Parts: sequence; C-alpha cells; structure tokens
Amino acid sequence: MNNILVVDEVTKQFGDHTALKSVSLEIPENSIYGLLGPNGAGKTTLIRIINQITYPDQGSVYFGGKPLKPEHIAQIGYLPEERGLYKSMKVGEQALYLAQLKGLSKHDAKERLKFWFDRLEIGDWWGKKIQELSKGMAQKIQFIVTVLHEPKLLIFDEPFSGFDPINANIIKEEIWKLKENGTSIIFSTHRMESVEELCEYIALIHLSEKILDGKLSDIKKAFKNNIFGVGVTTEAPELLLGELKESYQVLSSSFDSREKQLDFSLQLRNENSTQLLDFLGSRSNVNRFVETIPSANDIFIRTIQNKGYAHE
Amino acid sequence: MNKLPLIIKREYLAKVRNKSFVIMTFLSPILMVGMILLIAYLTKLNDSEKRVIAVLNESDFYSTEFLSNETTSYVNYRELTLEEAKDSTIHMGYYGLVYIPNENTLELVSQRSFFYSVDAPNTTILESLERIFKERLKQERLRELGISPSEYAEMDRTFQMNISTFDGERNLKGINEIKAIIGGGFGYLIMMFIIIYGGVVMRSVIEEKTSRIIEVIVSSVKPFQLMLGKIIGTSLAGITQFGIWIISGTILLVIAMAIFDIDPSAVSGAGAIPAIGQQGANTGISSADLTMRLYAQELFDIPWGLLITFFLVYFILGYLIYSSIYAAIGAAVDNETDTQQFIFPIILPLMLAIYVGFFSVFSNPHGHIAVGFSLFPLTSPIVMMMRLPGGIGEGGVPVWQLVSSILILMATFIGIVWLAAKIYRVGILMYGKKPSYKELFKWLKY
Repeated sequence: MNNILVVDEVTKQFGDHTALKSVSLEIPENSIYGLLGPNGAGKTTLIRIINQITYPDQGSVYFGGKPLKPEHIAQIGYLPEERGLYKSMKVGEQALYLAQLKGLSKHDAKERLKFWFDRLEIGDWWGKKIQELSKGMAQKIQFIVTVLHEPKLLIFDEPFSGFDPINANIIKEEIWKLKENGTSIIFSTHRMESVEELCEYIALIHLSEKILDGKLSDIKKAFKNNIFGVGVTTEAPELLLGELKESYQVLSSSFDSREKQLDFSLQLRNENSTQLLDFLGSRSNVNRFVETIPSANDIFIRTIQNKGYAHE
Repeated sequence: MNKLPLIIKREYLAKVRNKSFVIMTFLSPILMVGMILLIAYLTKLNDSEKRVIAVLNESDFYSTEFLSNETTSYVNYRELTLEEAKDSTIHMGYYGLVYIPNENTLELVSQRSFFYSVDAPNTTILESLERIFKERLKQERLRELGISPSEYAEMDRTFQMNISTFDGERNLKGINEIKAIIGGGFGYLIMMFIIIYGGVVMRSVIEEKTSRIIEVIVSSVKPFQLMLGKIIGTSLAGITQFGIWIISGTILLVIAMAIFDIDPSAVSGAGAIPAIGQQGANTGISSADLTMRLYAQELFDIPWGLLITFFLVYFILGYLIYSSIYAAIGAAVDNETDTQQFIFPIILPLMLAIYVGFFSVFSNPHGHIAVGFSLFPLTSPIVMMMRLPGGIGEGGVPVWQLVSSILILMATFIGIVWLAAKIYRVGILMYGKKPSYKELFKWLKY
C-alpha cells in the first residue's frame, strides 16, 4: 500500500527542550490515522512540521513520495487545536478568504462553499459576523474551511473539542464520508477513547518519542493477554472458584447470591480457552464468556510501563 | 500563486470597514477645524472683554494719557481720598485703581504711583500702564535735553546686518528655521504615522493571536507573507485616512475661512514673485515688501520634488522598520497590556529624533549632531527630512551623507525585518506566556 505521508527520523529542538526525538511515521493512503499521546508529548509540533509552519532540525518529511514542499500546502487541510476566526469579519467573506489562501479561485470557492453551507444547513449564516455565532456554529464553519479545498490529507487536532454531542456526530459522519471518497486523515488527540472507533492505524507519542505504532487491530491482538471475562450461574460459587484457582489465575470475582450469578475474570497462560469453556460448562451454566480487548488507553499505559518510563 | 495581494486586500478592508476607523476618519477633520475655530473665537472673546480701570490722579503731570480704547476704559475719580477711591473701585467691581500722587517733579510722581488690584494684575494691562508712564517720562526727558521727537525718531532707527553667502546670493534671516520647520513637518508626519499605524499593526497581530485564527492562516501562507501583507495593508489604510484628512481638512478650513472672513491671499500670495525677488536682491533694494518676496522665493526654491521623493524613501523604509518591530511585539504578547515594556524603547528613538531635530538641527542643520542623527537608522528618517529642505550638495546635505544614510537605513531595514519576522514566526504560536527580552532572544535561535 502507498503511503501518503512519511515522517523520517524527525527531530525538533526548542532551545534546551527537545520536542521531537527522531520520530518516524508512515501514514497509509486513504486511512484514518490516530496520533495519540498526552498533552505536551509533541503531537502539535509534529503536525506543525507536516503543515510547514515550523521545520525539523533533522530528518525529513515526504508527501506522496516526494520531499515536502510549499506547494503541498494546497493538498493538506489542517484544523488546529487552537482555532478561531476573525471575530468582526462576515462568515462568507472569511470563508472565501481562507479558501483563496489555500489556492482556490474565488469562483470555485464560492460554489463549493454554497454546497457545504447547504449540506450543513447553515446557508443563512453567510452575512453574519462570527461574533454573532455560538462556539459550536463557528466550529462548523471552521470544519468547512478545512475541507473545502478537497485536500488529499486532512489533519484534525482535537477535532471534537467544542462540539456538542449532536454536532460532533455530524462531523464524525462527514469525516467518514471524506475517507470513503479517498481522503487520508490524521487525528491527533489526548483522549484515546475517542478515536478507537475511527482509527485504523495509531501511533503513540510520549515525551517527544514515538513509542508504538501500527494497525490498531494488530496492536490490540499483540496486547491482549488472554484475559477473559466470565459470567456463570452456579449454586456453589466457592467450590467452583476454588477449583478454578488451582489451575488458572483468577484476577477478580464477585457473586450475586440472589441471582446465583458469579462474575470473574481470569488470565490463561498456556491453556486453551476451549478447555476452560468445557470445564465451566460441565460445572455451571455459562452466560458470558468474553475475551477482554485492551483499550487504546490500556495499551498506552502498559507500553509506558514496559518501557520503564516514570509515570507522570 | 502569490497570496500577498489577497492578504493586503483583506487587511486593508478590515481596517477601512472598521467602525472606529470610519468615525475617526470623518470626525477628526471636523474636530480639528472646530478646535481651531473655537480657539480663535475664544481668543477674540477674551480680547473683546472690556476692563474698567479707575484713575485717581492728584498730579498735574498726567492728564490726557489715560485714553479708553477697545480693551480698557478708564474712569477718573476726583476729590476722593485714596482710601475712598479704593473702596469705590472694589465696590464698583472695577479691575483696578491707578493712584498718581501729587509731587513736585514728574520723576517723583511716577516713582510713587501705584496700581492696586484684587489679584496680581494681568501682564498685558500692567504693560500698557507701564507704557503710558514710560512714554510720558521719555517725553519729559527729551524735552529737558532739548531734543525734538522727530530728531529722536531719527536717532532710534534700527539697524539690520546685511547677510550674504560667499557666492553673492543674498541670505535671509531665519530662512534656515523656516526650512527646518518645513522638513520638521515631514519628519513629524513620519513619526505620527509610525506611532499611529504601527500600533494598529500591533493590535491587529494581537487580535489574530487571541482569536486563534493565526494557526489556520499560517498553515496556508508563510508567516512572513502574513506580516508583510498586514503591514502594507495597514499602511494603505493609513494613507487613505491621511489623504481624507488632508483633503477634507483643507476644504473645511477654506469654508471656515470664508465664513469667518479671513483673507486667504494673506496666507498664500507668493505665486508669481520669484523673478521680481531675484532682481530686487541684485539691486540691493531693501523694504519690508521685498523681504517678504524674498522669503517667498526661498520657499519656492526649496527642492520640493527632491524633498517629496526622499520623503517617500524615508517614509517607506522608516515605516517598514518600525511597523515590523510593532508586529513582532504584537506576536510576542497575549494582550495589549503586556506591550508597554516593549513599546517604550521603540518610541524613544522617535522622540529623540524629534527633540534633537527641534533643538539642534533647526539652528545648525549641518552640525555634528545633525549629521550623526541623520545617519543613525532609527532616527534618520525624521532628522534627515529636517535637513533636506536646504538642498543637496553644496550648501545642503552632502551627497555622501544622504547616500550612506539611505544605505544604512536599508541594511537596518533588512536586518530588523529579518529579526522581527523570526520573533513573529515563533511568537504567534506561543500562548499564555509573558515573554521577557531574554525569551525573545532565545526565539531568534528556534
């Protein structure tokens, strides 16, 4: 598969502070890529380098196989975390201006804006000033301006902050549609849970370094450690648990005596999950048997612990 | 595609459409002219207020001297004691009382005369009273010496030194000052423009920063382009404003003059005179009228074309240097209150240039101080403009000084804009930090 963007050993220093330490990334074409990490990890610096707002001290960035150049700006759309609009400028004029700065002709920009304004049902905002709009409304305009020039690569930095749940969903759907139409998308966020449903690929950035990247499903496979969540009904929970503890590692358990419901989670080492299920089936009535998939957040925390970073 | 024109257009329109800009543009000339008229009116009013002064004259030496005029009228008291006269003056609400006692000689009388008033007297009134006494004393002394008034007038004729340059051109007293004032006007214009519109540039940068649009924009254009577009757009708006001010101010002033019946030909009547003035100078005829014509000719001889050309050069370079510093300051801070510590050092050289201009360049346009400050790049736009009305080359600004002044200014322009652009580039993306000079220095290395 082709990569739309390749970041190769990029290092960036601000005085004594190292913002990025030889970070490498490969962002496949037509994918949604999650750039995850806590605040201050270096995500925004990396994004600014991709947008050519700042430049790397070492390393290079390739866009569509070629070294990143100023012309590529027209093919990248960027929704920054710190975003806003001119308060006293009218919505329509402002959108036209920003679109023209991205290289669209005035005519094209007007037509596409009309399309998007109709689509998001905000046509009557054209002549309003930004200061008359609510924050959520301004965010919609911002989203339109970001995608208007139909970039090949879209970069969203904390895209859902400032949106109410309804509008966040509208935007999420629009992002899906853009992806279906062939756009590659980078998501940057410190709220790991928000991207799990969207991202196919992720990279974890911590303390200026990339500590993990790859396909989310692969990563999850690699990180699941045979933990199963089980629910059974039984008359003799103590007995069952005792027997289980002889051959398996039981992590936690709880018993509801009224419903005769025993819930527990355990970790398999070398054993086969089918054997466990057979065993449980012979002793009780199994009503839940789920392999626990780690969340991005769990993966993140575990990676940091494994690598021996001090927890912040 | 070049995005600079787009940015310039937006910045220009954003400024020009701004409500306070529109109001300022159209209100200022009205306010200015109104103020001039008000001052003129109040001065007139003040003059036309008539003051009454009582005179208690017990002497024969003074009789007809106290004549009422437009501003003062005199009331003569008779047969009153001094105390009664004082009471009466206060009671009547007169401005004051002149008391002239009866003595044997005029000298004694004058020495022992008094002026009583409620407060310390107005200088003009005191002077006019003193003049009355002085004139009377002069007459008396002349009479004692046996000199007739016409003889005295002959004696009292003033003397004026003829002045000339070495190549025989007739010089005029004070022409240097007049020229310097014209140059100073240009210099002052540069300073005002820098302070007003530099501030506008700075606030506009701060606005972009606080509204958080800046990162959206710099992902499309280079920060330097944005800064340059902003500076140029703002200056075009400024030139528009100045243009409207000058035109509407002139029109209003002409209208006001017509209404208040001030003869404009008194102000501008120098049109066809140069040729006559030249002849007059050669034949050495001296009269007040001719002197006026000579001044007019000198003003005519000022190399206006040259002056305006160099004004544009100094104006553009000076404005670009200062406004890029203003832009860098705007980028470094989060709100306007934090700008104070940085603004003072910028205004300082501007003020220095104006003051040095007024105190040193006016009297000695080609002295060491004038030369130094017209080479130093942060003051040269203003100081050199004050020197230039004297011409270039012989008797004026030496060509090497002008050339090196402009070259130094250009080098500084490139250096400062480069530095400012660096600070700007880093600063616009820094939030929530109140930077120190040390911090700014660090940014240069990012």
